[in-house]
Amino acid sequence: MKALHKIISSVKPHFEEGGKLAKFWVVFDSLETFTFTPGHVTNNGSHIRDGIDLKRTMFFVIVALLPALLFGTWNIGDQYYSSIGESADLFAKMIVGAFKVIPLIVVSYGVGLGIEFFFAAKRGHGINEGFLVSGMLIPLVMPVDVPLWMVAVAVAFAVIIGKEVFGGTGMNIVNIALTSRAFLFFAYPKQMSGEIWIHDVAASKGGGLLVDGTTGATALGYLASTVGKVVDTPPVQGVMNMFADGGMFSLHNCLLGTIPGSIGETSVIAILLGAVILVVTGIGSLRIMASFLVGGLLMGLIFNLLGLNGFMTLGPLHQIVIGGFMFGMVFMATDPVTAATTNTGKLIYGFLGGFFSIMIRVFNPAYPEGVMMAVLFMNVMAPMIDHYVLQANINRRQKRLQNI
Amino acid sequence: MSRIQRIKKGADIRLEGRPADTVSEAPSAQIYAVKPPDFEGVITKLDVRVGDNVKAGSTLFYDKKKPSVKYSSPVAGTIKDIVRGAKRRILAIEIEADSENSYVDFGVLDVSTSTRDQILSRLLEGGMFPFFRQRPFDVVANPDDLPRSIHISAFDSSPLAASTFVALDGRLADFQIGIDALAKLAGDGGVHLGLRSSDTTLAGVKNCQITYFEGPHPSGNVGVQIHHTAPLSKGEVVWTISPQDVANLGTLLKSGQYIPSRVVACGGSECKHPQHVLTLSGASISSIVEVPLKAHNGDDVRVISGSPLTGDQVSKDGYLGAHHFAIALLPEGHDPKFLLTTGWLSLGLDRFSLSNSFLSWLMPKSKEWALDTNMGGEERAFVVSGQYEKVFPMDIHPVHLVKSIIVNDIDSMEKLGIYEVSPEDFALCEYGCTSKIPVQKIVREGLDNLRNELG
Repeated sequence: MKALHKIISSVKPHFEEGGKLAKFWVVFDSLETFTFTPGHVTNNGSHIRDGIDLKRTMFFVIVALLPALLFGTWNIGDQYYSSIGESADLFAKMIVGAFKVIPLIVVSYGVGLGIEFFFAAKRGHGINEGFLVSGMLIPLVMPVDVPLWMVAVAVAFAVIIGKEVFGGTGMNIVNIALTSRAFLFFAYPKQMSGEIWIHDVAASKGGGLLVDGTTGATALGYLASTVGKVVDTPPVQGVMNMFADGGMFSLHNCLLGTIPGSIGETSVIAILLGAVILVVTGIGSLRIMASFLVGGLLMGLIFNLLGLNGFMTLGPLHQIVIGGFMFGMVFMATDPVTAATTNTGKLIYGFLGGFFSIMIRVFNPAYPEGVMMAVLFMNVMAPMIDHYVLQANINRRQKRLQNI
Repeated sequence: MSRIQRIKKGADIRLEGRPADTVSEAPSAQIYAVKPPDFEGVITKLDVRVGDNVKAGSTLFYDKKKPSVKYSSPVAGTIKDIVRGAKRRILAIEIEADSENSYVDFGVLDVSTSTRDQILSRLLEGGMFPFFRQRPFDVVANPDDLPRSIHISAFDSSPLAASTFVALDGRLADFQIGIDALAKLAGDGGVHLGLRSSDTTLAGVKNCQITYFEGPHPSGNVGVQIHHTAPLSKGEVVWTISPQDVANLGTLLKSGQYIPSRVVACGGSECKHPQHVLTLSGASISSIVEVPLKAHNGDDVRVISGSPLTGDQVSKDGYLGAHHFAIALLPEGHDPKFLLTTGWLSLGLDRFSLSNSFLSWLMPKSKEWALDTNMGGEERAFVVSGQYEKVFPMDIHPVHLVKSIIVNDIDSMEKLGIYEVSPEDFALCEYGCTSKIPVQKIVREGLDNLRNELG
């Protein structure tokens, strides 16, 4: 590897101040530090340091996302072929999926990193690695057939308004990936609902290829249609039957993930695999995940006991395996920059996040994706939660002062 | 009356080259140095000039603001040089030792029949007082204060640290005299001694409250021990002193001689004979340990006076720091690390980490690591949370305190508990920080700013 380092060192002068390519220093620097951890040594303070850095941390989040990404890719193909009633092998399904997923990833990283490079160059600092994760999360929370230009606009909005105006990585208030998703949800509501959850479902319908009964709606879409209707009526019962054993959205299918939905959110098993990676490496907060889960289950249980509409009659366990609940719990709520930062705060933050996720999706069918709203809301609330946790700590200290 | 305190948070970093429990006597060094920057908070006023002859115990300089606090020469000899840095700040006073050591005689003082003032003025005269540090601010203590209590941590839990058991072997009588003197100096809070529960050598010490501490580093940090025995509030002052200096203090009172003896742990992966060495404070590094020309990785050797987590980087011909009881020789890490082999994507079998993202966490706990001085990444904004809390065993929110220091928000610093901490308490946070934030430096600056602000 000495040879490679020699090459890098030999072109370095061109990028340094006064060199021809000095404008592109940031690009060079990020590539150099990508290939070689620099030979910087400690000064005083702690003379030895942990090998972990932000690059490694972010890399492990991406590794944790891989199961969901791979399953999502396959599921796009699987949903497509079953919607037109054809059978296909694993390879064919992956090809269909890859044709949808790879452009999404390219657009997400291209636009996002482009903006990051621009701001890093303008501010004269190195590239922070935060977007490596955001750029992968964004495709995974997108519907299959979302137009690429919309993704580009959403990424640009999220990175500029969501992050850079606040000072860049580590300074943002709300999660970047969810900001882009929310932007699409509110800016293009018409395009973001309906027939975009299964690849080409509209075209298949027009061509008369669609298998009877396939509408391309998600579990949440179906459930939202039951709100405001009496439970014991045929249309509601029809929907609820889809969630019974053997139905399209049976517990089994939801755990496995063979249902329509955003690319990465459908398979609970794949997401939990990622959760294990995050928790074992210590990179994802188990506190947040666990309390989020408890919050969601509790709200689901309360609704289930009330049973006022079809949506509410769904069991709490079923509630948390549909929609983006699991994905939001493992990958969105745990974003350390936007979550609560105190240990006690994380428990409160996670619990309320899970609680509100289920509450929003059931109470307001206009926002079927309650998780997105709940996590964004809790992102905004996180500093306040931390404030009260800190205040309790301060009060303990001041009480001690009075006791002297 | 003793109690056991279990510390759960923290981490032991086992480094290669742990010093053996043997003590060899260092050949007397030719040159010694007293370094004013070792004593936080002092404003140096010189009492000697180059060429002056001094005895062991002669005053070299004193504190301009508190002239009663005198800093003494560890040996008899001639002032060789006064090293100055930027703005003519005095960095070191170098003394060329005579072949025969001679002492200033301060006279014998019987602690049991003496008053607090008599003991205090003897410690000030005899040069032992600067080894007291105070909390808040972690600076040299102020002799005008009546400390609420005096705290001694009798074990050092940091990597490659000296064993108090080895260091105080045969000095228990002096240690007890020292404790008796401290008991007279301390206020109502008395003297607190923190011990490892496995250590029975000091268990018989009288005139103090003994607390046993279990758990990983930083359970041996005196700040952590204060926090768990009698936490410090705003307005209170406590003093701390090292166990070896308690014994030295006993020696001064018993014999009338200033002998700042040091049993120093010499260790680290580049140290040929890791062991304890008996010497004096300020001795030259070369007289204590042999520094190899090159480290095993082909890089230079980092000489650290003190612990690898908190010590000062010194040159091969440098001197032992005033508050240091260890010298660590570690390999430098100037070589860039390729991402797959040793860099940020490596499996990390050889990289000890507080996170479990390196495979090294699967290694047995007893494995000893040869770590170099590479930063292991670049400085970034705070991103990851919960990391500092894992290794910070106090009821204080470390990240929020550090952030309040960065923005110099005095009010928040006070509220979040800055009076209880010293930079060394944050050493593990700094070690494990993903964003490579220089936490100890930030805390030191915060303490200094606050002290200036309060006058």
